[in-house]
Amino acid sequence: MRGFIKTLSQAPLTAQLGMAIIVIYMFTAIFAPLLAPYGERAIVAGQYLGPSWEYWLGTDNLGRDMLSRIIFGARNTVFIALLATILAFIIGIVMGFAAAVSGGIVDQVFSRLVDAVMAIPILIFGLLLLTVFGTSIPVLIAVIAVLESTRVYRLARAVGMNIVVMDYVEAARLRGEGNWWIMRHEILPNALSPLIAEFGLRFCFVFLFISALSFLGLGIQPPTADWGSMVRENASLIAFGDPTPLIPAFAIALLTVGVNFVVDWFLYSVSGLRE
Amino acid sequence: MGSIAKLVAQRLTLGLLILFIVSVFITFVIEFLPGDACQALMGQSAMADTLEACRQEMGLNRPPHLRYWDWISGMLTGDMGHSLANDRPIADLLANRTGNTFFLAGLAALVTVPLSIVLGMLAALFRNRGFDRSINVVTLTFISFPEFFVAYLLIYFLAVQAGWFPGISNISGSDISLWEWTYRTILPAATLTLVVTAHMMRMTRAAIVNVLASPYIETAELKGLGRWRVIARHAMPNALSPIINVVAINLAWLIVGVVVVETVFVYPGIGQLLVESMSKRDMPVVQAGSMIFAAVYVLLNLAADIIAIMTNPRLMHPR
Repeated sequence: MRGFIKTLSQAPLTAQLGMAIIVIYMFTAIFAPLLAPYGERAIVAGQYLGPSWEYWLGTDNLGRDMLSRIIFGARNTVFIALLATILAFIIGIVMGFAAAVSGGIVDQVFSRLVDAVMAIPILIFGLLLLTVFGTSIPVLIAVIAVLESTRVYRLARAVGMNIVVMDYVEAARLRGEGNWWIMRHEILPNALSPLIAEFGLRFCFVFLFISALSFLGLGIQPPTADWGSMVRENASLIAFGDPTPLIPAFAIALLTVGVNFVVDWFLYSVSGLRE
Repeated sequence: MGSIAKLVAQRLTLGLLILFIVSVFITFVIEFLPGDACQALMGQSAMADTLEACRQEMGLNRPPHLRYWDWISGMLTGDMGHSLANDRPIADLLANRTGNTFFLAGLAALVTVPLSIVLGMLAALFRNRGFDRSINVVTLTFISFPEFFVAYLLIYFLAVQAGWFPGISNISGSDISLWEWTYRTILPAATLTLVVTAHMMRMTRAAIVNVLASPYIETAELKGLGRWRVIARHAMPNALSPIINVVAINLAWLIVGVVVVETVFVYPGIGQLLVESMSKRDMPVVQAGSMIFAAVYVLLNLAADIIAIMTNPRLMHPR
């Protein structure tokens, strides 16, 4: 614990700022029902009210409290993005390591499949799949996880390939261990640090991707409080000089900035790029 | 030169193959939709025999591979079918909008490419000094911003508060001058520029730092060559290919980023049309629009590949 605090205090200001942002968001997401003054979907007043002591950030297009929805949004948006990222990593890592360990036909099939998926721009692909399969939350998570897993696959395969040629993997093979055991006990522990950094970056991509989809109307659907759709719902206010739609957009931006700062510092300290 | 021609031919074939797979994929996914175009056109209450007649007329009861053939040959000859929403030919709908989208993307690229290459080179030259550090923080921040956040910030401050530019890009009038057109496109183009420059600049910096770290650069420096000569004569030829690659990849991103930006500014391009048609479930338009985006994306990536091959010094001077 002391070592952790020491590392943290030596981190650059941006990384500390990023950590603080992540902690605040996690806190808000976990304790959302206690923090929010009103319910997520409760219509409490007239439409588009300005900020007041009762409604700190005003009300939205249906007369729901903006602050409460921002707080609940931390829960919904971040949770869905996190789930999709984790799923993408499970798919990508298993496939990538399997390709590295097995080689040959498995590697060829997986890699060409991934090439084909990556040839189509991810936003267009995502929009298309969501239009066809509907926009329920499980479909949203599955679509994003599958699309993002191709990027994880590339990294996991590349890292795995470097580890597979090591002597200790050869030793495990000669001992008679199976492919799954090797993936689990030899490759995964040694591939962890690039994968952790990638997890942070992927989370940002997924989070921005979901927000963009929601903003375009094909992501998380109303009445669930979600930052991307909140920007969309209140967008017309901006023309009247009311900055309300900027608030949920800022909430999205702040979290990705925070995560990116932390990942940047992590990459910097791991790679030893200090010249 | 023979080996280059062979490599380029290989890439071209691969690119065509990918385009083919993408087109099959897009048609295949659309097949998954419950109901078909006739159902969508006539609604749930349509009589069975009228539906059948409609399917007969539109050729929907033919086998899928024949329908795919019809569609792809139509796409290639410019007959893309009709929109379900307003029955207009899709080719007409797309013609203007494709031009608009390319105008927007081109305007953004015109500023982005030189700006990010210069910034990237400067950051690489002064790496780990104040300039590099601060530009790292700034670009990292812009990468993290969702496009619509940047867009609404620009609208709020430059269009609403300052009143310098229009917040909505109304370019539908056919008689507007090029100057007026550019003026009304400035905010969406600026949004794209800010987001893509951040990416492109970081990748340019990484490419140059990579080259500068190689031993032969150190040799050149130790020989006592001037700083400028080391960069222009020794580092540049090797850095050129990764930089061009970075530019092409980012232009591909830019084309896709257009979708969100066009929606924010109600800019009449294909991105906005695509999103609108998706919400109306106007599948023929969605199919054609997706195909255009995917094709441009594939072609730009292909161009990146081919240029990288052609500018690779090792391939240019085969032993």
